[in-house]
Amino acid sequence: MSLLTDEQVMLRDSARGWVKANAPVGAFRKMRDGGNPKGFDDATFKAIAGMGWTGVVIPEAHGGSEFGYRSIGVVLEELGRNVVAAPLIGSAVGAASALALGGTKAQKRDWLPKIADGTAIGALAVDEGPRHAPDRIALAATPKGGGYALSGGKTFVMEGMAADMFVVAARTGGKAGDGTGVTLFLMPAGARGLSRKRRELMDSRGYADLTFGDVEVGADAVIGKAGEGKALLDKVLDRTTAAVAAEQMGLAQQAFETTIDYMKTRVQFGQLIGSFQALQHRAAYLFTALQLARPTIDAALQAIDEDAPDVSELVSLAKATANDVVNYATREMIQLHGGIGMTDAHDAGFYIKRARVLEAAFGNSAYHRERYARLIGA
Amino acid sequence: MDSLTEVDDTRRLAAFRDEALAWIEANFPESLKTKLEEYFQNMPRYPDGPDWALWKQRVRDKGWGTPGWPKEFGGGGLSTPEARIVLQAFTDCGAFNPMTGMGTSMLGPTLLEHGNAEQKKQHLTRVSRGEVRWCQGYSEPGAGSDLAGLQTKAEDKGDHYLVNGQKIWTSGSRFADWCFCLVRTDPRSKHDGISFLLIDMKTPGVEVRPIRTISGESPFSEVFFTDVKVPKENLVGKLNKGWTIAKRLLQFERNATNTNRRQLAGDTRPLNEIARAYVGVDDQGRIADPDLRQRIVRHMMEFRSLRLMQQRMLDETKAGQGPSEFTSVAKNARARIQQEREELLIEIFGQQGLGWGAAGDQFKQTEIDTTRAFFSNKAMTIFSGTT
Repeated sequence: MSLLTDEQVMLRDSARGWVKANAPVGAFRKMRDGGNPKGFDDATFKAIAGMGWTGVVIPEAHGGSEFGYRSIGVVLEELGRNVVAAPLIGSAVGAASALALGGTKAQKRDWLPKIADGTAIGALAVDEGPRHAPDRIALAATPKGGGYALSGGKTFVMEGMAADMFVVAARTGGKAGDGTGVTLFLMPAGARGLSRKRRELMDSRGYADLTFGDVEVGADAVIGKAGEGKALLDKVLDRTTAAVAAEQMGLAQQAFETTIDYMKTRVQFGQLIGSFQALQHRAAYLFTALQLARPTIDAALQAIDEDAPDVSELVSLAKATANDVVNYATREMIQLHGGIGMTDAHDAGFYIKRARVLEAAFGNSAYHRERYARLIGA
Repeated sequence: MDSLTEVDDTRRLAAFRDEALAWIEANFPESLKTKLEEYFQNMPRYPDGPDWALWKQRVRDKGWGTPGWPKEFGGGGLSTPEARIVLQAFTDCGAFNPMTGMGTSMLGPTLLEHGNAEQKKQHLTRVSRGEVRWCQGYSEPGAGSDLAGLQTKAEDKGDHYLVNGQKIWTSGSRFADWCFCLVRTDPRSKHDGISFLLIDMKTPGVEVRPIRTISGESPFSEVFFTDVKVPKENLVGKLNKGWTIAKRLLQFERNATNTNRRQLAGDTRPLNEIARAYVGVDDQGRIADPDLRQRIVRHMMEFRSLRLMQQRMLDETKAGQGPSEFTSVAKNARARIQQEREELLIEIFGQQGLGWGAAGDQFKQTEIDTTRAFFSNKAMTIFSGTT
């Protein structure tokens, strides 16, 4: 079903109303100016959790609403429209999906209800360099005393500064590039030997680099099966990536709408600049790109909810498309605003900065086109 | 001109080029060779120190900061081809012209054509000697692309003009001593109600407020004029006839943007070299990502086209031809191609290209500088006329 259900329409409307009243872009600006290293405002996140948005993909049995991925996409799009900073993608989608799909009874019981009500934040620790490369996992987990000891590093971990626990992709066998030998671990942020350092990126959120110095965990920390975590990881990444695409769609849509509003108010040469045909064409091209992008993101999220066989294909289609459209929309936002769009006092900078970070997160367009090519056998 | 004269001319210019290179080699202080980057990044704030002062003094005495200007105004008194050779020789020697800025590139050439004898004497000499920095009071909040819609007004008060209004995007105004300013002296006529006024930035009522940009830097400011008294002798050309002068100055500005502006910030190596380092290579030594490789090469080929076009423009000027069709698109093309380079760089760096704050063990200085330049150069398709 490509259309939203009545329930999802209600969710969208309530999210839009709440954001408008409680978390406009000015709220993000205030957080940014305050230099909060976690990259989000506690009161804002508490309110978001209070509305249940942290539990949308979590099963009812574990404290969530089980509304599904299309529904969290609806929320993320609305948050993206106003650049709302909240640890939803890493925690309420990434870590929550890993546990819901592969966690043991105890892992689910210990963490899912807390993620669902926002009292705990989780994060995915996958990449080890400046590019998304889940096939190149090298962080070593070697057997030790009935459990494992992890040594190595992770980089650019989204929500890494605020996380209470990490889902860590490590290697219990084989070498970087091998399909087997990957294992997912659940690791509390306070584990002995684990340290984090902030990675300050242009979007002012709380990314972290993690260093594992012989961090010991028990066998009960394994999520899914040891050595066979790649399939689970792919599923978790598909879900997280689709969520990113939904936020990107919100950024792109708002970048477009704000720009159109400006074209309808800015006067030069005695006319509204929106009356110039050259600019109308630019707006029409962008509008077309947005219309082509939205159905790809909806389809990916829907496919996840239906557990369709072509989820990975659709997710790569959605992310590559969202990357390109948000890149395009935010560049046009600055160009069509002219000088005012270059100033920090205007919001355009927040949109392009968040857009660039999400573009690189969980795979840039080249990555997802290559993956799509492999999946369809091109 | 017959062919023998032409050969003679070419030989003479070649000899002059050798002479210029030799003089710069002999006079450019060794210690400044490592200051090149700092110099370009801090324009128009110059580095300090005795060697800097020495270099400035030597160039000043030679008149080579403004080599094509008449000697009576502190210039080098050289012909147009000779002056171009001198300016190119600075770059070829790894040196730089210490007398840069809007005074030499924009106001000077304009005053040479439109200023009166007293204005030339007073202002050109100080510009050529590097004693004064100028800024450009053109754009206003309501007058960007539509520059002639400007509203900052100058009223005739007998012995002076009284200026009230606001300018915006005024580059370098925080450090400027003087401002060449477009003001409205007749509200009844759009283009025929504009005058060209020289304003001392130290005059009471001039206030500069820096604007922070999306790159986190403040390269330009808003400039407010409140009851600023400007002596009548500071009017350039005739009252209400400033628009012609303003447009002439814009030609000099575009020329400066096309040829002199160097984008030294960030990683300046060829893109293919940077990509090999960041993305890696396949077993045949090619950039590992074939799609990225194609796009990098497409950009490099386009950049080569641009350089060939710029060479053609120079040759036309040398031959006394032009300006041709190239001139009108040069700024536009250059801006787009520069922005494309930065887009590619950010992609090549991956998440290393998204850093903010200070460089350190997580981000190299060249990465941070590239990211900032990526943002600040988004203005290249906006300033001096939007794309």
